[in-house]
Amino acid sequence: MRVMIFAKTTPEQESRTHDASGNAEMGQAMARFSAELNAAGVLVSEGALQPSSQGVRYRTGGDDAPTVTDGPFTEAKELVAGYWLWQVRSIDEALEWLRRAPFPAGMTLELRPLVEMPEGASSATD
Amino acid sequence: MSGSGSGDQIQRTLEAVWRIESPRLIALLTRVCGSLELAEDAAQDAFEAALRQWPRDGIPANPAAWLTSTAKRRAIDVLRRQSTQRRKAAELGRGLEDAQPDLDDLVEARAIDDDLLRLVFICCHPLLSVDSRVALTLRLLGGLRTDEVARAFLVSEAAMTRRISRAKRTLAEARVPFEVPQGADFAARLGSVLQVVYLVFNEGYSATSGGDWVRPALCEDALRLGRVLAGLAPDEGEVHGLVALMEIQASRLAARHDPRTGAPVPLLEQDRGRWDHLLIERGLASLERADARPGPRGPYALQAAIAACHGRARTPDHTDWGRIVALYDALAEANPSPVVELNRAVAVSMADGPAAGLELVDALADEPTLAGYHPLPAVRGDILERLGRSDEAAVEFARAATLTRNEAERRLLLARAHPSSELDSS
Repeated sequence: MRVMIFAKTTPEQESRTHDASGNAEMGQAMARFSAELNAAGVLVSEGALQPSSQGVRYRTGGDDAPTVTDGPFTEAKELVAGYWLWQVRSIDEALEWLRRAPFPAGMTLELRPLVEMPEGASSATD
Repeated sequence: MSGSGSGDQIQRTLEAVWRIESPRLIALLTRVCGSLELAEDAAQDAFEAALRQWPRDGIPANPAAWLTSTAKRRAIDVLRRQSTQRRKAAELGRGLEDAQPDLDDLVEARAIDDDLLRLVFICCHPLLSVDSRVALTLRLLGGLRTDEVARAFLVSEAAMTRRISRAKRTLAEARVPFEVPQGADFAARLGSVLQVVYLVFNEGYSATSGGDWVRPALCEDALRLGRVLAGLAPDEGEVHGLVALMEIQASRLAARHDPRTGAPVPLLEQDRGRWDHLLIERGLASLERADARPGPRGPYALQAAIAACHGRARTPDHTDWGRIVALYDALAEANPSPVVELNRAVAVSMADGPAAGLELVDALADEPTLAGYHPLPAVRGDILERLGRSDEAAVEFARAATLTRNEAERRLLLARAHPSSELDSS
């Protein structure tokens, strides 16, 4: 199965100035972790998102015109900071990998399995 | 981090840890104990100990280290009882107090990789039947439980347990050394490893009998094994070639059957919007890695290059058939087989017209290895149809329908044999 993992942040965390050396250390630790995931054949894709100040929100309007809003999205409770796409046998395996990730305390990661073809669902006569 | 929570949750966590850690653990133990059987027994004992103790004491902060040291202690106990093995027991004991290798320590990490690579080669040893190699690989390298391997290959768990035990005994009795083959031996032995991985992939990609068409989980297992291999043997072009082939084929899994009827959909008729373009990109990247290695493309890289031609084409009309024909020419030289010739004939029929393709297909008419092979009459029927020779085409499709054991495919071929008639569901 494949799982999407969203690293969450908040508008407040986004606006905080970051400690450069702390970032470099975290960056290295994350790179090592990604390499481990890659070596295990688990990592399919990954990406770090620019802060919401660089983002745009698009709201459909139906018959009316759509609404386009530039970031930052200071009203949001949670924002996505980055994503992973993993190939794992179960959510439990994904959780086990997450336990090994070098994240600081208090970080929220959301795991969402993808909608995929169920096993053996392909024959119409079953 | 300690885990409280239900026994069920602890079991699931243990199984997750097992799937991640057991290959490395078994590889390490095999090297130190000199016996795959002892290694697996010790590892299995550790698993069962965890099942008993973790619900009572909580999940350890470092589950992998817990399993490793527990397994080592079991192995030492066994070795001590074999008086001739006391030296090995002492060696093992010396390492017992070592902390779980720090992942920052690249030297240690490389040692683990070496052990894992040795385990790969031993699981795929030519002394074993192909069935046994597949079983051992999925069990020891894939971290699958015996019942999962049994289910994947449609045998009983008891039969699979026997198959795996026999395989380990065969290796022990022949005193197969725990090492990576050297020199000229390496290419042939690697070929056998790649064959096992691709076999697993194909089991998942195209079940050949019954009503089922795909078993996606096996494709995932094979893909992961292939990716792990690419990390362990990055200088081998054919490893990257196989990974490229599997990534690109896997990209089509969602498009290979009609979601409403379950009928198989041929490549050229598939909805390319349902192809997974992320996997295609990954496949193309792997193919580049294969091509960066010195020497000509091997058979897997060639097949991957052919798959890449399809993967790159936005619509069937964008397919570079000339390039595909050239690739099949190379493949026919590197890996000659009647099946390759048949696929080449299809490509020629697209690049140079159906008449040219028919000539090549007819040359295969008496090929003994294709006697029961349903794609042969199916391809001939397809070409005849394109030439407007519908009655002859119908005969070929009907013949193909009798040869396939796949129910959905049989119905499809019968429908092509009788396009204007109303078919009932039988």
